[in-house]
Amino acid sequence: MPVAKVNGVEVEFEPGMTVLQVAERAGQEIPRFCYHERLSIAGNCRMCLVEVKPGPPKPQASCALPAAEGQEIFTDTPMVKKAREGVMEFLLINHPLDCPICDQGGECDLQDQSMAYGRDGSRYAENKRAVEEKNMGPTIKTFMTRCIQCTRCVRFITEVAGVPDIGMISRGEDAEITTYLEKSVGSELSGNVNDLCPVGALTHRPWQYHYRPWELKKTETIDVMDALGSNIRADFRGSEVMRVLPLVNEGINEEWLSDKSRYVVDGLTARRLDRPWIRENGKLRAASWNEALDAVAAKLKAASADRIGVIAGDLQDAESMKATLDLFRALGSKNTDCRQDGAALGYGPRESWLFNSGLEGIEKADAILIVGVNPRIEAPLLNARLRKSWIKGGVEIGVIGEQADLTFDYAYLGAGSKTLAKLPKSALDFLTKAERPAIIVGSGALNGEGGPAVLNALGALAKKVGVISEGWNGFNVLHHAAARVAGLDMGFVPTEGGLTVSDMLKPGALDVLFLLGADEVDPTGSNAFRVYMGSHGDRGAHGADVILPGAAYTEKSGLYVNTEGRVQMAERVVFPKGEAKEDWAIIRALSARVDQTLPYDTLDQLRAKLMADHPTFGRIDYLPAPAAFDPSKLGVKGDLGDRVFASAISDPYLSNPIARASATMAELSALRIAPVAMAAE
Amino acid sequence: MVGILEDKDRIFTNLYGFQDWTLDGAKTRGAWNATKDMLDLGRDWIINNVKASGLRGRGGAGFSTGLKWSFMPKEVKDRPHYLVVNADESEPGTCKDREIMRHDPQLLIEGCLIASFAMQAHACYIYLRGEYVLERERMEAAVKQAYEAKLIGKDNVHGWDFDVYIHHGAGAYICGEETALLESLEGKKGQPRLKPPFPAGAGLYGCPTTVNNVESIAVVGTILRRGAGWFAGFGRPNNTGTKLMAISGHVNAPCVVEEAMSIPLRQLLEEHCGGVRGGWDNLKAIIPGGSSVPLITREMSETALMDFDSLREMRSGLGTAAVIVMDNSTDLVKAIARISYFYKHESCGQCTPCREGTGWMWRVLERMSVGEADPSEIDLLLDVAGQVEGHTICALGDAAAWPVQGLIRHFRHEIEERIANYRSRRANFAGHAIAAE
Repeated sequence: MPVAKVNGVEVEFEPGMTVLQVAERAGQEIPRFCYHERLSIAGNCRMCLVEVKPGPPKPQASCALPAAEGQEIFTDTPMVKKAREGVMEFLLINHPLDCPICDQGGECDLQDQSMAYGRDGSRYAENKRAVEEKNMGPTIKTFMTRCIQCTRCVRFITEVAGVPDIGMISRGEDAEITTYLEKSVGSELSGNVNDLCPVGALTHRPWQYHYRPWELKKTETIDVMDALGSNIRADFRGSEVMRVLPLVNEGINEEWLSDKSRYVVDGLTARRLDRPWIRENGKLRAASWNEALDAVAAKLKAASADRIGVIAGDLQDAESMKATLDLFRALGSKNTDCRQDGAALGYGPRESWLFNSGLEGIEKADAILIVGVNPRIEAPLLNARLRKSWIKGGVEIGVIGEQADLTFDYAYLGAGSKTLAKLPKSALDFLTKAERPAIIVGSGALNGEGGPAVLNALGALAKKVGVISEGWNGFNVLHHAAARVAGLDMGFVPTEGGLTVSDMLKPGALDVLFLLGADEVDPTGSNAFRVYMGSHGDRGAHGADVILPGAAYTEKSGLYVNTEGRVQMAERVVFPKGEAKEDWAIIRALSARVDQTLPYDTLDQLRAKLMADHPTFGRIDYLPAPAAFDPSKLGVKGDLGDRVFASAISDPYLSNPIARASATMAELSALRIAPVAMAAE
Repeated sequence: MVGILEDKDRIFTNLYGFQDWTLDGAKTRGAWNATKDMLDLGRDWIINNVKASGLRGRGGAGFSTGLKWSFMPKEVKDRPHYLVVNADESEPGTCKDREIMRHDPQLLIEGCLIASFAMQAHACYIYLRGEYVLERERMEAAVKQAYEAKLIGKDNVHGWDFDVYIHHGAGAYICGEETALLESLEGKKGQPRLKPPFPAGAGLYGCPTTVNNVESIAVVGTILRRGAGWFAGFGRPNNTGTKLMAISGHVNAPCVVEEAMSIPLRQLLEEHCGGVRGGWDNLKAIIPGGSSVPLITREMSETALMDFDSLREMRSGLGTAAVIVMDNSTDLVKAIARISYFYKHESCGQCTPCREGTGWMWRVLERMSVGEADPSEIDLLLDVAGQVEGHTICALGDAAAWPVQGLIRHFRHEIEERIANYRSRRANFAGHAIAAE
């Protein structure tokens, strides 16, 4: 490896590294505003100036300068210090002195770096520049006077998010960052620009003036808004989660987060179930836990085993599902299902419902067939990865299903099962000749009557084109529900002769229907005694006979398995609201009342049981290695019929009870439906 | 005789447009003569001769043209090569390239062919300044004539397939910076790129590209026809050849004239321009190379030679050899303030020092021009100029800083006087300035 000297200390570096990276490797911190390792290099803030020998006798922007063998880099000479102080002064002359009311205050790059390179007073006697605020939509609050034109937001939106919605207009002092036509940013990743902004020019609009960063306590946990399991940091004050920020996890979310995962937190304080309720004479009345649990227990004991059933929701943690499953199995019920979307998954090897290539691994694929899923809606960060891969080149992408703007080019093959039944030769060819082909299938293709047949056809196709080979498994199921893989892993599906979700909901099918946070199904057709356990007064709770208040994902410690099969542990950030309890504990209490006391008294014991029964849960933060299996045996061979593969989620901002309770999500959803409302203005 | 250069040694024999500018006219003046023979002698011969002639880039930086050409990859690999001619002549005071394009366009087109052949480019883009409308029409007509005569184009008489495209800019000064020009040519916002990579490695559309000034290209044909030695025979070593010089300001007869390099500045003014208005003693200062170079005083002008080295020794520069003469009636502070405004207006806004610094300098200078400043602000201004210079992506930051530095270096006393005057004639009590706020 080549060697360069940083302040006289030799340091090895990899070819292609910049001077800035080499200096960092030597432990020298280089101040910067525009440089960001995941964006293209702009080199425009001029804060990272260093002195380089050999080279011209003036400071060089280290972020853009390739390091060279034998180069001498100086980061602390008087020339460098003077140059950086000069740049800092220029940045500050037109920057308002409004730190006390700025949301960025306390975590502002400009504030921090001015401590090192700023003057104690201003030499600038002229009037300061003022810039008009811009409308960038419900997620981004602008204070453009504070902008230092680093263009990180422009680069993120054009490069990573793939929409040309933010740019710089005008020139010189008048240069402004704007959305050109004052429209909201049409990206599901827009909130990231607020993180990227090194000053307070772009801040989180939903949380504007809600907190000061130093008031917040921070908990690292897992996001459940999609099935990727993005790593997040939930910051709370008192009993309220104030904000959610991404944590770096190269394998999952890199360092981005979708708007839904980020801004859904205001839904955690609205429409919450904070006490048990019992329906009497057609009206709900507040009840005590004892009353509520006794009422449920009485109904469960009275009903015969084949007349009770449970549906698990999309946001459930593995522990509560395990406890529920154990209870219903102990009661003798076969009617257990976690697949609210009705996808034909859950039977066969574990690989048949996982995203086997891994989220990071999908970047290695050279041909990708997307079937029945809109990744931009169902997993925005996976979509960003696909875009990254497409920009890098060397990948061909085909789509069967929705013809949506995915921010990258793809070959549109057809709308549904007819195309799949008779795949055009070109589509077969691009998969066959690829070295690492991949198929991404979503529940939009696998749900409903024809689901098993589609799964079978896809399995056969996978085998035919060699999706699974030595060291590579490109058979990828993309889930949209955070709870789904855990549910399938523990067998939360009907056993032989049991009822599926749609069967359970039919009139007269059951005497007692237990909804474990299940809000995406319509239970109004069922005339069973309905018990709803969950965090929000949403679809599942409407018309329920007993409501048991549970905990939302930030209020309990729990295991989640993401679509890759990676087990991750979420931590409790705040306590459940009011009288609500952690879900597993409610089930445990209920089990004692139906004389089927579950064999665990603590969460740890429950986890131990879960891991003993299903060893995959014991491998926390571990990505399963690509295992080979025979995909051609999946599903049921049958007529594919003529079905259009629509995305399983019609509106990503209203796809779960927390999102439906969130005012921000409602705003985003409204914009999504009517984005051109301003045309008449 | 007037000046140093004899008429027989002029390259631009129709500089003033007294003769026919069309292809026929140009041919009678020698353009396109023996071009095929020159190409037949090979690329190395061309590049070596251009090197030997000592031709330095005429756009202002003065980098050896032959050397620049030799930086292009020797072999054409997967990406085509391009020649781009920078005709975005926007520097205040500079008006030499337009004379070439209006009156001798065939020399430029011939030069494009030779240079493109030497660099194995099959396409050449001429990027014209937005305000040059007549020049664009002339160039387009001249290119058409050359195509019709099969001098350029597919299967032309020279045996080197070659296309010329005229691109009309939108009138931004910054697009005269070579990488900003390439961005603009690609249809993007004209903002300079980071270097490295240099255009010879990755330029237009990421392909190897050389960007040359109009004059640098237009002289090539004649240099090769008459020999490198002939061209190198003018001027001092390292500053050879003939050069178009544009003299404006307070002279009796402002003009563009082709002269030998290293002509004494005073001789240039007195013999070609009828001398300084009101006599040499009425001279106050001269900006010798376009608005971006620091000005020099009358004393310095006595001995200055119009070449790169002499003017650099005086801490100024030859630039584009656009001489701006200012006599004693000139308000220098106001003049530099106006130049500062120009750079503030034309800054692209990409990088911090230039975006923020140009406006700051202009505002301080505006106040100083009426004397409404503190004497300590002169040093502040100098400091700010120093903070801009050398810290930016492109040279516009330097160009904005140098005039200010030149002013303070040579005419600090004038600013101080101005401030003192202002203070003496006005009541100066604490707080008077805030009354209006």
